[in-house]
Amino acid sequence: MIHEFDPYFNYRTTLFLTEKGFYEFWNWFDSESWYPLGRIIGGTLYPGLMVTAALIYWALRFLRFFVHIREVCVLTAPFFASNTTLVAYFFGKEIWDTGAGLVAAVLIAICPGYISRSVAGSYDNEAVAIFALLLTFYLFVKAVNTGSLAWALGSAFGYFYMVSAWGGYVFIINLVPLYVLVLLITGRYSMRLYIAYNCMYILGMLLAMQIRFVGFQHVQSGEHMGAMGVFLLMQVFYFLDWVKYQLNDTKLFQTFLRITVTSAILVGGIALGVGTASGYISPWTGRFYSLLDPTYAKDHIPIIASVSEHQPTAWSSFMFDYHILLFLFPAGLYFCFKRLSDATIFIVMYGLTSLYFAGVMVRLILVATPAVCLISAIAVSATVKNLTSLLRTKQKVSQTGSTKGAGSSKASSKVTLDQSQPFQKNGASALLVGVFYLLSRYAIHCTWVTSEAYSSPSIVLAARGAHGNRILFDDYREAYYWLRQNTPTDAKIMSWWDYGYQITAMGNRTVIVDNNTWNNTHIATVGRAMSSNEDEAYEIMRSLDVNYVLVVFGGVTGYSSDDINKFLWMVRIGGGVFPVIKEPDYLVNGEFRVDKGASPKMLNCLMYKLCYYRFGELTTEYGKPPGYDRARGGEIGNKDIKLEHLEEAYTTSNWIVRIYRVKPPTNRL
Amino acid sequence: MKQSSVVVDLLLLLLTISVLTTPAFSDLVLSKVERRIDVTSQFARVTKSLKVVNPGSESVSEFMLTFPKFLGNNLAYLSVKTKRPLANLSVKKADPKGIPDSISVYSVALPKTLSKGDSLTLEVVATFTNVLQPFPEKITQGEIHLVMLQESAQYLSPYTVESQSLSIKLPNARIESYSKLENTKLQGSELKYGPYKNLPPFSYSPIVVHFESKAAFAVAEKLVREIEVSHWGNVQVTEHYNVVHRGAQLKGEFSRLDFQARPNPRGVSAFRHLLARLPPRAHSIYYRDDIGNISTSEMQSDSKKTELLIEPRFPLFGGWKTFFTIGYGLPLSDFLFASEGKRFVNISFGSPMIDLVTEKIIVQVVLPEGSKDISVTTPFAVKQSQEIKYSHLDIAGRPVVVLEKNNVVPDHNQHIQVYYKFSNINLLSEPLMLISGFFVLFITCIIYTRADFSISKSSPTYLAKLQWDEVVATLQEVQSIIQKCLAAHDKLEASLRDLSRTGDIQTCKAARKSTDSLLKDLSKELKPLLAFLQSSPSASHISPKVEELVVKEKELQEKLMAKHTTVVEGYEKKSSGRDIENRIASQQQKIIALRQEIEDLLEFIDEI
Repeated sequence: MIHEFDPYFNYRTTLFLTEKGFYEFWNWFDSESWYPLGRIIGGTLYPGLMVTAALIYWALRFLRFFVHIREVCVLTAPFFASNTTLVAYFFGKEIWDTGAGLVAAVLIAICPGYISRSVAGSYDNEAVAIFALLLTFYLFVKAVNTGSLAWALGSAFGYFYMVSAWGGYVFIINLVPLYVLVLLITGRYSMRLYIAYNCMYILGMLLAMQIRFVGFQHVQSGEHMGAMGVFLLMQVFYFLDWVKYQLNDTKLFQTFLRITVTSAILVGGIALGVGTASGYISPWTGRFYSLLDPTYAKDHIPIIASVSEHQPTAWSSFMFDYHILLFLFPAGLYFCFKRLSDATIFIVMYGLTSLYFAGVMVRLILVATPAVCLISAIAVSATVKNLTSLLRTKQKVSQTGSTKGAGSSKASSKVTLDQSQPFQKNGASALLVGVFYLLSRYAIHCTWVTSEAYSSPSIVLAARGAHGNRILFDDYREAYYWLRQNTPTDAKIMSWWDYGYQITAMGNRTVIVDNNTWNNTHIATVGRAMSSNEDEAYEIMRSLDVNYVLVVFGGVTGYSSDDINKFLWMVRIGGGVFPVIKEPDYLVNGEFRVDKGASPKMLNCLMYKLCYYRFGELTTEYGKPPGYDRARGGEIGNKDIKLEHLEEAYTTSNWIVRIYRVKPPTNRL
Repeated sequence: MKQSSVVVDLLLLLLTISVLTTPAFSDLVLSKVERRIDVTSQFARVTKSLKVVNPGSESVSEFMLTFPKFLGNNLAYLSVKTKRPLANLSVKKADPKGIPDSISVYSVALPKTLSKGDSLTLEVVATFTNVLQPFPEKITQGEIHLVMLQESAQYLSPYTVESQSLSIKLPNARIESYSKLENTKLQGSELKYGPYKNLPPFSYSPIVVHFESKAAFAVAEKLVREIEVSHWGNVQVTEHYNVVHRGAQLKGEFSRLDFQARPNPRGVSAFRHLLARLPPRAHSIYYRDDIGNISTSEMQSDSKKTELLIEPRFPLFGGWKTFFTIGYGLPLSDFLFASEGKRFVNISFGSPMIDLVTEKIIVQVVLPEGSKDISVTTPFAVKQSQEIKYSHLDIAGRPVVVLEKNNVVPDHNQHIQVYYKFSNINLLSEPLMLISGFFVLFITCIIYTRADFSISKSSPTYLAKLQWDEVVATLQEVQSIIQKCLAAHDKLEASLRDLSRTGDIQTCKAARKSTDSLLKDLSKELKPLLAFLQSSPSASHISPKVEELVVKEKELQEKLMAKHTTVVEGYEKKSSGRDIENRIASQQQKIIALRQEIEDLLEFIDEI
């Protein structure tokens, strides 16, 4: 079964790809989403994941395995996760030794931070993207270490795959130049580096331009300018090297160096300035800004801030996802600095930058996971290796001591004097036991987290009943299936954008907005409709040709991520475009409430009415008055809700999803 | 609309019957007709017992069954039997002249010709779908579901009927109204008309019964049953249902509050469950739809049957639809039999759901790949065709027998037989294919790793690689020789220890001699290897270490020999143990240090 929101869209597009073929897919205009605008699917998605799944599907069919495309989609993520562990092994081997590689593979195989996106059914871009990311980095480091064109070429193709799969490729195209820059500054410039970077950058860029969604961004957008700058800098370095060789005179070279460097920087700066001013080079996007400055999104783009995945990470979730890796990471950094090489510099930079981004956005924990695993693996492997070598030499010495111990007791006493520290053997074995204890705790933690948090799809909610038995709330699918079966095929559904992909994929109906948030105004219109009173909302819904309205309501079950709790974001996003909607109107003394003390605007807005329609007659909890909202723990303020333009069409068995039909306009007299 | 058209139909029928003057049929007489109509479910099941007497002179071998057209069009199942002798009679649709269009006629071939005075009792079972018309056609959630049945109080027949009666079994619920004719009685939920005596042919008096129905009006618009036979021991049945509630349509709101209200839930016209009675020993049952597994189903099984109670994702009100799939495996031995060199699958035709009407059923029997000479026998007429289906590891595809039939009711749940020929050797083809696939894969891997695929045999990198391989091999040899040396040293030490224990100088000397010669041989072997390492350019960074190793080893040898000599001399001179120990103490220390160094060097070389 397919999880969450985005995977449904991916599944739908993959299905389309396998049914209609690649060219149809590339030119697909989807009229089922973003009604009445529609969406050009081929040009607005990263096709890597779908193409991968389709290729696997076709390959299996060629081999006479007649599987369903859904089965391929569900298992794509675990398959690529297993490939990632292989790459992690080779990467570890490249930067440290085989032991570190092995430990890295083991760590990443069970790390919850990665499992969260690689369980079966999590058919999302990240599933293949992390594999592509690690592969690109591995091949690049290998290219830098060997100076081989072949590896650099491989890395360029890895980059191409990454670009085709996920928007996170921006991380690669910024980290790699940054790494090269650091190597240049620390005086580690070499021919190997020159070959690796140039080949990877030029080819990677040209290949990436083939993806329509990315297009010419590599030469036009501000986010990709760093890579180009470093590329030019490399040429300057190479040129200087050549001049130095030709001139053979230090003094002359020094002046030459000064002139060229200043002029190069000047020319580069002017080009960038002119490009930006003329609009040829686009400035950084909001998402990029919000990464560098965590407070940016809150002030400027509420739609990004409203997604829980984009919130800054709490300490607890670091602990939850990394467990002991969090402590092993600094230790690994220590080992890396102790044995600095081109490769360890890379992993250190990768680790530090990605960990910073993970701190800014919860979902980027995923990007940091491979780096954290690798560096921790270095720590574990180096420690264990040191300890065991201590134990082993000690044993040898004591063996040789004992062989002639019968003959000479003095000699053996001298041997013990040779040792640098007392109790070395005991200490080493105690530490070893400690390491294994930690690692086993890690394994236990990972199993627990995976079974508790990441195994069940969030579309089916589970709770414990009074007798400890498991109760399943399958209301989402109940509602989507009802829509699929019992509404006209051309019905348009209005809901908050979170549910858009699911409605199109499971309900097979046209939606007004969905999870691809490219048009802020359209989403704001829906937010405005939800926060207006019924008459105004009806006008908006008529203009959007809406037939059904779907709201998610947790008041009966106590499900807290429902539309009432998301409502302030709707107000904010709606208010961001339509100043008619003002956030303070919905608050009472800066407080959001739904009970009798709520503001009148709140009590009469469409969202409130749709959620609480006839809820006032229902007794949800024993000993509480009717209309007691279990999600917010209070009796609702408006129990007598009359709907004029809408009627209840369906409500799921636990009231989680409520669907309303928009009535046709009444005849004018 | 529908309602009125039916009424018009009725009027037309009456008119035509009244103008009908000359009965064009033989002079059979029905001496006794008992009709019983069961409308407790969504379809009307009519059982009739007709006593046929031939008073005329001509013998008769054909009997005509007639229905009003509006019923005849909805006839799903018709069977005619005689009790003595017990036989199924063949029935076919007839179109005799002189019968108006508003009457459907079926002709029954009698088991024996009826000559004058003979009589025969026919048992007729007919099932009609769509004859319980919801009225009103649209109801709200709170209203009860009322339906209407139209029939004739008198049996419509081309023959004279001497005595007849009709009883209608209604569900145990409210009865809104019914036509009151003479001799009409309502007993509980049973409505009785008659007896009526001596009615002429084509007597007809319409009745209408309006009552509440609590039955689930579940109709499968389309049902696809796929029965896949695997000779590995399983029959896999997969059924795809498009179910719709064909009762009165829901109008207005659906309120969950009212639907779940206690103690008076509103929504009696909806149904929530469907019950499937599967064959015994059904296993691995699943219940899913387009968007995943549905967790609301219960299963009970005993040795006679397996009952599966499934609950669709949402309750079905009038006009609501749903789609779902159930699947189950059955043991092959219960369904596959052999006869006369052929095998046949004997399996039930219709849906296992209780009281489900199927508008269109498609049964696909998938036979194993390589089946031949396929033929089908069915107890009633169906449309047949053949297809090919591809499943895992199929090359030629599996033959599929496709049977189609419209308007299927539970009476159609009879067994069909699919005969085919299949040789057991075909069973092995797929495992063999898999085995050979893996075999080829591994063989290619072996060849790839063992063979040399470099394009240019003279390129510097290739040569360097060859050289490096040689160096590594040499290094390994050197290592093994050094290890042997160390082992020899250990032996020497052991002999010294023996000496201190036994005082046997001769054996000790002998040990010394053998070790000496062994060490000499080893050092001879070592020489060419060292020379090679020194000459090889790719070993330039290792050879100093190796040389150091060899030098250290030599030193160790010398020290050990010296120690040995000292100790042996000491024993020969009969010096005290302490004395000897003192003398060798300094040597001993050096030996240990050297040994440690050698081991470190070995480890270092090991890591290269």
